[in-house]
Amino acid sequence: MAALIEAHDLVKTYRMGEETIHALAGVSFTVERGAYMAIIGPSGSGKSTLMNVLGGLDKPSGGALTIDGADMRALDDSGLAAFRNRTIGFVFQSFNLLPRLTALQNVELPMIYAGTDRRTRRERASMLLERVGLGARKGHRPTQLSGGQQQRVAIARALANGPALVLADEPTGALDTATTADILQLFGELNAEGATIVLVTHEPDVAAATRRVIEMRDGAIVADRGARAA
Amino acid sequence: MMTPGDLVATAARALRGNPLRSALTALGVIIGVASVVAMVALGRGAQERVQSSIASLGSNLVIVVPGAQRSGGVFLAQGATNTLTVADAEAIAREIDGIAAVAPSQRSGAQLVGQGVNWNTRVEGVTPPYLEVRDWKIAQGRMFDDREARQARKVVVLGQTVVDNMFPNVEPIGQRIRLSGGAYEVIGVLESKGQSGMGQDQDDIALAPLQTVKRRVAGRQGRADTVTSISIKAVSEEAVERVQEDVTALLRQRHRIQEGEADDFTVQNLNSIAATAQETTATFTTLIAAISAVSLLVGGIGIMNIMLVSVTERTREIGLRKALGARKGDILRQFGLEAVVLSCAGGVVGLVIGSLAAWGLTTAIDLPLLLGLDTGLIALGFSAAVGVIFGAYPAWRAAQLDPIEALRRE
Ligand SMILES: Nc1ncnc2c1ncn2[C@@H]1O[C@H](COP(=O)(O)OP(=O)(O)OP(=O)(O)O)[C@@H](O)[C@H]1O
Ligand SMILES: [Mg+2]
Repeated sequence: MAALIEAHDLVKTYRMGEETIHALAGVSFTVERGAYMAIIGPSGSGKSTLMNVLGGLDKPSGGALTIDGADMRALDDSGLAAFRNRTIGFVFQSFNLLPRLTALQNVELPMIYAGTDRRTRRERASMLLERVGLGARKGHRPTQLSGGQQQRVAIARALANGPALVLADEPTGALDTATTADILQLFGELNAEGATIVLVTHEPDVAAATRRVIEMRDGAIVADRGARAA
Repeated sequence: MMTPGDLVATAARALRGNPLRSALTALGVIIGVASVVAMVALGRGAQERVQSSIASLGSNLVIVVPGAQRSGGVFLAQGATNTLTVADAEAIAREIDGIAAVAPSQRSGAQLVGQGVNWNTRVEGVTPPYLEVRDWKIAQGRMFDDREARQARKVVVLGQTVVDNMFPNVEPIGQRIRLSGGAYEVIGVLESKGQSGMGQDQDDIALAPLQTVKRRVAGRQGRADTVTSISIKAVSEEAVERVQEDVTALLRQRHRIQEGEADDFTVQNLNSIAATAQETTATFTTLIAAISAVSLLVGGIGIMNIMLVSVTERTREIGLRKALGARKGDILRQFGLEAVVLSCAGGVVGLVIGSLAAWGLTTAIDLPLLLGLDTGLIALGFSAAVGVIFGAYPAWRAAQLDPIEALRRE
């Protein structure tokens, strides 16, 4: 089977008046299915930009990118929306739960856009919340949950449509050490169950929990450790 | 793609999340719809009232009064000169085709004196065809006949208001009343006609034979054979205008009015007055409805304003929804629907308030209440349209948001 992600010479440039910023300056790598990988690097090195491109939130300016068999540069607006919905599960640093919805309703959200019927939606969201250890918190709203619990809800939401790839941009950036360990343990378990996870982090401990670490600097990959182990 | 059910649930949840704001936003539409509904109902009630009161004067009616036409056409204006005569009425009946009946009448005022009750009323001296011309019926007793009219008998037929005031508890037929010093027998009671278009009580009247009134009540006024008006009933609606023209020509000839000289009488046609009144009230209704519609427009702008604020406030939510797979169309529909739900809810509440206001106002000023299904449907249609029109731009703005930018926003 082909690799899940095949990136070849990816370029992303931003134009700021006269200046052109190369947020990605020719990035090439592949990621196999079932990988558990971290992207590290100093601030401004292009980690988030890469994640956005991988997640179909942003289109690369140049290069080739195939994810789960789809040529990302060929997708139009609604094609990208469907891709984000079906293929990608996002986990954000700031959780990004909708405050008026319960945990269960937040997890249902991606399934609503997939057109899943109500009953299936409810059952699957319920199952996922139980999987992340929040079976007793389904009716709680985000404000009634701790940071770690909110991030668990967000992870359950990311898994809602059975994505091929989970992308997490600094998922533990807003959490304390103990909670970070909990979340990492959950990621480890999910990966063991078959999920492909790519996360961005500033913390060496977090990177150490994964099996492969890509280091970026100025929009380019400067190190790729443990790729063979994956 | 979101299903319609989820779409409605999402919009409803968003609006419930901030109930006070939603209510205040809808208030503009509520006021707009309520005032349109109330104004249209009032206008229609007034129109109906004008129509029915003009119709109550008699159908296919042509009225001739002495004196030149007044501007504005006050059709029951008292003639300044005594130019109309009984002979004119007889000539009209004899020489003009298409006439069902002709009734000359002498109007006068007098005090009726009964058993301990006095009542001032309009005394109309008429001939028996008067009832046919005015589409009036006898409720009780009878009208005087031609013989009684010729003999100038002292008999009266009373309007309902006179009966109510003079004979509240007594059978009126056969009662005697005094009028200008003479004793009269009540032989009939007229059917009630209600108020006229000018708010005059048409039932405050006593009919007596023309010659009786001329000799005994209004005897000192002018020449013996003059009358204050001649009422003519044409055989059909189509005949009305020709009758009006023929009467004018005949009277000009009889009064020896030279070409180029003005008429010394005025011929009016109730059908055209009714049409003018209809047009006037309809125009007026449209005008006040249009003025009220402006407040609906203001309500729409209020919705647009709040929706734009809401899109700005919920930028992160929009970014998140897009990241989770919402298409532009989903976002467009979500915010568009919020605006439409707001304005339609405003429309429904406005319709209820407007209907209540219409009921209260028409009751207070005694107009018929005309609230049709069409009023409701138009009001709701308009408020839905307001939601679509004024919700479109904010929703479009929301749909265009770049998800990365939106997610980065605090
Ligand atoms: N929309 C944009 N317009 C212009 N420049 C941008 C835009 N987004 C990112 N950049 C620039 O691209 C470069 C990479 O940014 P990116 O957000 O990917 O960095 P990062 O590695 O995620 O940093 P951090 O660790 O601080 O999150 C930076 O120089 C940034 O200023
Ligand atoms: Mg970043």
